[in-house]
Amino acid sequence: MTGTDAGTQQAGTGVRRVDIRPGTYADSIGLMQISQELQQRDGVRAALVAMATELNLELLATMQFDPPSDTSPNDMVVAIEGDDDAAVEAAVAALDAALVRRPTGGHIDAGQESPPSTIEAAVRGGGVELALVSTPGRFATIDAAAALDAELDVMIFSDNVSVEQEVALKERAGAAGRLVMGPDCGTAVVDGVGLGFANVVRPGPVGIVAASGTGAQHLMALLDGADIGVTHCIGVGGRDLSSKVQGRSTHAALDRLATDERIEVIVVVSKPPADDVRAAVTAHAGTLAKPTVLGYLGAGLPDLTETAASVARAVGDEWSPPPRWGPVLEGPRPGQLRGLFAGGTLCDEAMLVAVGALGTVSSNIPLAGQHALDESLAAHGHTFIDFGDDRLTVGRPHPMIDATLRLERLKAELADPECAVVLLDVVLGRGAHPDPATDLVDVLATSGSDTPVVVSLVGTRDDPQARDGTARRLAAAGAVVHASNAAAAREAVGLLAGGAR
Amino acid sequence: MTGAPLSASTVVTAGAEMFAAELAAQGVEVRRVDWSPPVAGSEDALATVMLDSRRSPANAEAVSRMTAATAALVDVRPAGEALGLERGQFLHAGPPISWERASGPMRGALIGAVLFEGLAETHEDAGRHLAGGSFSWEPCHHRGAVGPMAGVVSPSMWMLELLDEANDRRSWCSLNEGLGKVLRYGAYSPDVVERLSWMADVLGPALQLATRARGPIDVVAIVAQMLQMGDEGHNRNRAGTLMLLKEWLPDLILSGLGPSDVAEVVRFISGNDHFFLNLAMPACKLMTVAASGIPGSSVVTTMARNGTDFGIQVSGTGEQWFIGPAQVADGLYLGSYGPDDANPDIGDSAITETAGIGGFAMATAPAIVRLVGGSVQDALATTQRMYDICVGDNAGWAIPVMGFQGTPTGIDVASVLRTSRLPQINTGMAGRVAGTGQVGAGLVRPPMECFTTAIEALAAAVPG
Repeated sequence: MTGTDAGTQQAGTGVRRVDIRPGTYADSIGLMQISQELQQRDGVRAALVAMATELNLELLATMQFDPPSDTSPNDMVVAIEGDDDAAVEAAVAALDAALVRRPTGGHIDAGQESPPSTIEAAVRGGGVELALVSTPGRFATIDAAAALDAELDVMIFSDNVSVEQEVALKERAGAAGRLVMGPDCGTAVVDGVGLGFANVVRPGPVGIVAASGTGAQHLMALLDGADIGVTHCIGVGGRDLSSKVQGRSTHAALDRLATDERIEVIVVVSKPPADDVRAAVTAHAGTLAKPTVLGYLGAGLPDLTETAASVARAVGDEWSPPPRWGPVLEGPRPGQLRGLFAGGTLCDEAMLVAVGALGTVSSNIPLAGQHALDESLAAHGHTFIDFGDDRLTVGRPHPMIDATLRLERLKAELADPECAVVLLDVVLGRGAHPDPATDLVDVLATSGSDTPVVVSLVGTRDDPQARDGTARRLAAAGAVVHASNAAAAREAVGLLAGGAR
Repeated sequence: MTGAPLSASTVVTAGAEMFAAELAAQGVEVRRVDWSPPVAGSEDALATVMLDSRRSPANAEAVSRMTAATAALVDVRPAGEALGLERGQFLHAGPPISWERASGPMRGALIGAVLFEGLAETHEDAGRHLAGGSFSWEPCHHRGAVGPMAGVVSPSMWMLELLDEANDRRSWCSLNEGLGKVLRYGAYSPDVVERLSWMADVLGPALQLATRARGPIDVVAIVAQMLQMGDEGHNRNRAGTLMLLKEWLPDLILSGLGPSDVAEVVRFISGNDHFFLNLAMPACKLMTVAASGIPGSSVVTTMARNGTDFGIQVSGTGEQWFIGPAQVADGLYLGSYGPDDANPDIGDSAITETAGIGGFAMATAPAIVRLVGGSVQDALATTQRMYDICVGDNAGWAIPVMGFQGTPTGIDVASVLRTSRLPQINTGMAGRVAGTGQVGAGLVRPPMECFTTAIEALAAAVPG
């Protein structure tokens, strides 16, 4: 110790000591830290290590230490009260060690950035045009509005956004010249980049506006099969063409595609819009300098394959029917049709075909005037189930990712003597199950059933799961495979007794 | 951007990592948001406010007004003269507070001010008069002024007067008394009152002479310099104080005052590293008040504490206070004081954070982060976090270690709730018991209630 012993005092049964260390400087925060460390030592009742400023000497007095005289603010004062001499000595030793301690962790990485916690923070510095929001539905509006504030186009994958918030978001986007894709937009292709569940497409002259995810995927796959590329596929959300939303994003998307030099033909794919919205979209399409195909899917309207053919003709390409793989099956067969789907629009389209031939079909997403299945999903005549329906995806992944539920149902149908034919879809692409064929092939190989299985296969040449390889494996297991969903539905219906009426 | 081709060369993602990974696999530059749910219960009001088309331009306007405001010291004079404060009237820090709810240091400072004004003989007498309704008090903020800690102002106290020429507006703050047992920390002993008397008799008049002779001193410019010298303008004002003294010194010497008075004034200011805080605060007040009253703006224009409540004001809702319980700071204690001795957060000095310095400029003053045992990296990270809850930055107040990026400016109520990140405030701690004085210094945050109630009011004010 180098200091002057300014005195040791008896305090109760403890020991107090005040030392002065002349000309020893340490900064006040460092000394406050050291004081606190000393106070926390066993046997130490109070401690103050500080420069001998007027303020600190007053503080010393309030702690019942006798302040030393004749000090200057450049002197360090050390005051310690301990249970006994040993405790005080140990504290002083700890102080000496602390005073010569070098700071650790001297490496400063000023460039080390914490990740941004908002969209606005993430786009600081610019260079971003598009946001992909997939936060839970009750928060998605907040994040989508933030994207619009940041002057971005935004795709909202999230569902469960209220229609009022959807309208408000689309009004704001319209005022800012920005585009809202969704909400509940599962699929988009922007400038050749797939967002959400998207098939791998090659760039080309077609721009799609789609109110339906799997409808858009099927159209892209059909065009890819005809060697026709797609530059953008803009999802607008299933409610966009309703009276409430008034096709706000559809109109914005038409404008954006109209001014994009790479786009030669525009196609809209959706369920039939509300009447007033339909008239406005038709009128808008008429003002565009590019051919526009309005591919509405409904009773008495062209199916998706026919829409694809129209697009091919508008582009000036040849159209030949999409391929079919698998055995030739004999009909007619007694019993009922079972449709097991992952894609809602694919299920709709197949039901439109089936109703035309069979008269009635039941479903958990029934066509207008048709029977609705109860919650057990028990079959009721010709039966179609959309396993991708919101009510069946609560708490479990979409069947395009995890097909467990549908595979169980497929096994049950193959064992059911009432079931004459099974029709199902397989959707490939980014985000979908990496190998949907293997599980299906297993079920077909082990079922021992001779019930025909017709597969609607939606995929492109470049999809990671390989469309043609998937088709050949399914065909080898005995399934009939169509690249056209409508053709698959027609073949399945045609196999039924009475289906050809 | 209407009609521009759609582009996905760079995409910002919020939500499922799977989609971000798919984009990255396609060679897209992905900027991932480290997303977390907003503060529970705030989501509906947040959605309403976020959908308000006025908000984004109103917030940009708020930050633009804050950074365009000017602040120059133009005079030093008594509060009675400057603010029209009358005998028996007092100002205090934070939102409005009654005697019954006032904390120890707030009561202590009011008692000290009553004694200083000669309105009572003893502190017991002063307390009785204050409790009995003989005197009136209101927030400094209601008069365009600000006060550190208890922030108590009485008519005979001398005030620094700052002028914002751009907006023709003035703000005031008392003269800083130094550290330890002082009025603003709730001490009222005879030596405290004696010091106040010297400040009114000698210091104030001397600084008035020097200021009037010197002409306006640009306080915004001094803040810009101190930020490059290790000060953050709230808990560290060392460089700012020296630069201010440098501005006054020639005119003090030539003021005609005796050499011993000049020496005493200079010794007092140079012995108090916090003297400049009382200029930084009104400068920040002039900036933030310039941003107030913009319909639709969710930018915070005031953060202030009275030792009981923490209150904020928001541009789009004007003068309305949104309050929650003041918190106890986390930090270092003087001598044998500990957390039990500390009063909850007090003072108008969080106006510095509201304007983007103090805790928001922590990166430039790593010395301060050691108050809670933090590292230099923590200091940098703190400032980085504050950018995420602010609308913009202040190019005039650059932080060298952040690549000369401006201080984070314009706290957005919506961003605070969306990220659950509260503003970081650097502060002093007053003793809980009236008359104690300062017990420590540390870091503190506002209670989230201020922001959850503010967002409800902002949502209710959205038209339609």
